[in-house]
Amino acid sequence: MLAPLPYYLILSAVLFTIGIFGFLFRKNPLIMFMSIELMLNAANLTFVSFARYLGSLSGQVIVFFVMTIAAAEVVVGLAIIVSIFRARASIDVDEIHLLKD
Amino acid sequence: MVNNVWLVLLFPLIGFVWCLLFGRLWPRLSGWIASLTIGLAFVAAVSVLIGLLALEPGDRIRIGTLYTWIGSGSVSVPLGILVDPLSTVMILVVTGVSFVIHVYATGYMHDDPGYGRFFCYMNLFVLSMLLLVLSDNFLLLMVGWAGVGLCSYLLIAFWFEKPEAAAAGVKAFVVNAIGDAGLILASSLILLTFKSLDYVTVFTSAKETLAVGGGTVTAITLLLLVAAVAKSAQLPLYVWLPDAMAGPTPVSALIHAATMVTAGVYLIARASPLFTLAPFTMGLIAWIGAITALFAATIGLVKPNIKRVLAYSTVSQLGYMFLAVGVGGFAAGIFHLMAHAFFKALLFLAAGAVIHALAGEEDMRKMGGLWKKLPFAYWTFLAATLAISGFPGFSGFFSKDEIISLAFTSDRGNVALGIIALVTAGLTAVYMFRAFFMTFHGESRVDEHVAEHLHRPGLAMVAPLVVLGVLSVIGGYVQFPGGGFTSFLTPAFTYFGVTPATESGLNPTISGLSVVVVLLGIVIAWAIWYRNPKTATSLGKSFGPVRAALLNDYGVDALYSLVVVGAVRGLGNVCSGLVDALVLDGIVDGVAESVRGISVGVARLESGYVRTYAVAILTGAIVIIAFMARGGL
Repeated sequence: MLAPLPYYLILSAVLFTIGIFGFLFRKNPLIMFMSIELMLNAANLTFVSFARYLGSLSGQVIVFFVMTIAAAEVVVGLAIIVSIFRARASIDVDEIHLLKD
Repeated sequence: MVNNVWLVLLFPLIGFVWCLLFGRLWPRLSGWIASLTIGLAFVAAVSVLIGLLALEPGDRIRIGTLYTWIGSGSVSVPLGILVDPLSTVMILVVTGVSFVIHVYATGYMHDDPGYGRFFCYMNLFVLSMLLLVLSDNFLLLMVGWAGVGLCSYLLIAFWFEKPEAAAAGVKAFVVNAIGDAGLILASSLILLTFKSLDYVTVFTSAKETLAVGGGTVTAITLLLLVAAVAKSAQLPLYVWLPDAMAGPTPVSALIHAATMVTAGVYLIARASPLFTLAPFTMGLIAWIGAITALFAATIGLVKPNIKRVLAYSTVSQLGYMFLAVGVGGFAAGIFHLMAHAFFKALLFLAAGAVIHALAGEEDMRKMGGLWKKLPFAYWTFLAATLAISGFPGFSGFFSKDEIISLAFTSDRGNVALGIIALVTAGLTAVYMFRAFFMTFHGESRVDEHVAEHLHRPGLAMVAPLVVLGVLSVIGGYVQFPGGGFTSFLTPAFTYFGVTPATESGLNPTISGLSVVVVLLGIVIAWAIWYRNPKTATSLGKSFGPVRAALLNDYGVDALYSLVVVGAVRGLGNVCSGLVDALVLDGIVDGVAESVRGISVGVARLESGYVRTYAVAILTGAIVIIAFMARGGL
């Protein structure tokens, strides 16, 4: 017997909030990436929950797209982080603000 | 034969287009083609005259439409041509004199690099003038009027490398623009009053529509007068004509004799049905003419440049024509116009031959004693000088005498006008013979180097001199027997209900007086400038201040540059210093500054810190979600 829909949504909201705060308050870009993954998966959870609840497959299909994008994003992001680290021997995001002005 | 009139316009057009296309390629050929086309136009004009003479005098008016130029609702402006004695006389004078000048110019301009361009302008000039005199409505008149102004600018500034020539061209154009404004306003007023610009419609209904001396007709005629004064170089707008001497001499001849300055007199004669309804304007015209005649004649007494003396004599003679039409002698004015065209073209061409011979020298103080070396120029200049002075038997005598006696005896004339005209006749003799004696008699003051290389005029230059010389002598006899010219011209005015003031035959008293005055003038000139040239120098010294004033045109130019040019320049300074610098630049700079300020403010948002962006995205997302949760708008 499955739990009712609100439980899934609450779990998803909690996960998403953890992701937000993790992203906002940690300085390490690796952790920030993990937070992003958390937010994406919270969204995924919402999608599948509704898909199941509404008996529609499209929500589940979108989850596959999200997972693909997440994988691609991590690949690019990690590559950037590595090259930044090579260049400046530090990956503290507060020190990386070349876009200013 | 009257229907041939379109050929009069076609030939100069062909010449113009030819010179425009091939003038640079084959300059010599183009010069001859330009002259030939004007000659053919003259032949066509003669055939029009023959056709007109075959008609009954009262029926000598024909109107033809080449095509409808502007057709818009109730307004229809055809490219219409009016042939009557007045326009026929004008096309004969214009094409005839222009042809002679063209032939002369083929010799005079021989070495000029702009040879083809010169004839291009010349033909356009003649074409514009023919359009002006042949038009049957005020709008087409305006086209010719503006075309003449444009060509005068192009030709006066023909040697545009010389700053004074370029400046003189601009001056002529600006002064003429004042007249153009007058003509445009007058035409607008006519269109408003008569709902038509057609001469026949306007002139035939003028008497019923307008009250004699009423405000409308006075306004129309005053505006037309502004146009005529600017074009015909009368006071106070004469200033462009003396400066126009900066152009080549054939151009001066063309402007003075045939194509340009006579347009004002023609306009007044053409619009005589309107002018006769405005006694105030007529009086003004007569006085402007008389004062200009006297004014310019006195200046002519002292100018050292031979072409400038001739320029002031033109202004003075045009004053006579204005006086004539002002006292109602429209036919007399046109008669003098024709006589003047002959002898003034001749004077300029003869002076041009002298200038050509002396390699461009125009100062009479560096001439003298040329009568043996340039016999053709000498004898023809003498003939023209006698004609312009009004020596008995020469053309100017008949035409000028008629004007002087009309100034005395016409209904609109009075003794004061007559006396001014008489005095001016004497002055004319003095200053013309002064120029004659200084140029051809006395000791040679020519530069030795120049004297050795005297350029003798070729056949192309001598033949026109002879033709015009003959015309200057016999031109006056068209009036015989029994006022033939006047009675030919009169139907053009009576057709519209205007009776020009005429003098039946010569008035013995006034003729006698004027002959005495002219002879006296010649004797005075002879005594001062021929018998003993030192008299002139000592006279100049004893009348120093007067001489200085005359040399400076009574300060008219200085006054204009002070009042008009100063005022315009002041306005320009206000515009550039105040309006442009503060208002316009303020607006433009203000826009730039405010955009810059905004962008600086916006750029602050771009901190470069990833988390700032994250917060911004989050905030945005929350706002959007909250908005959607509220159910949209």
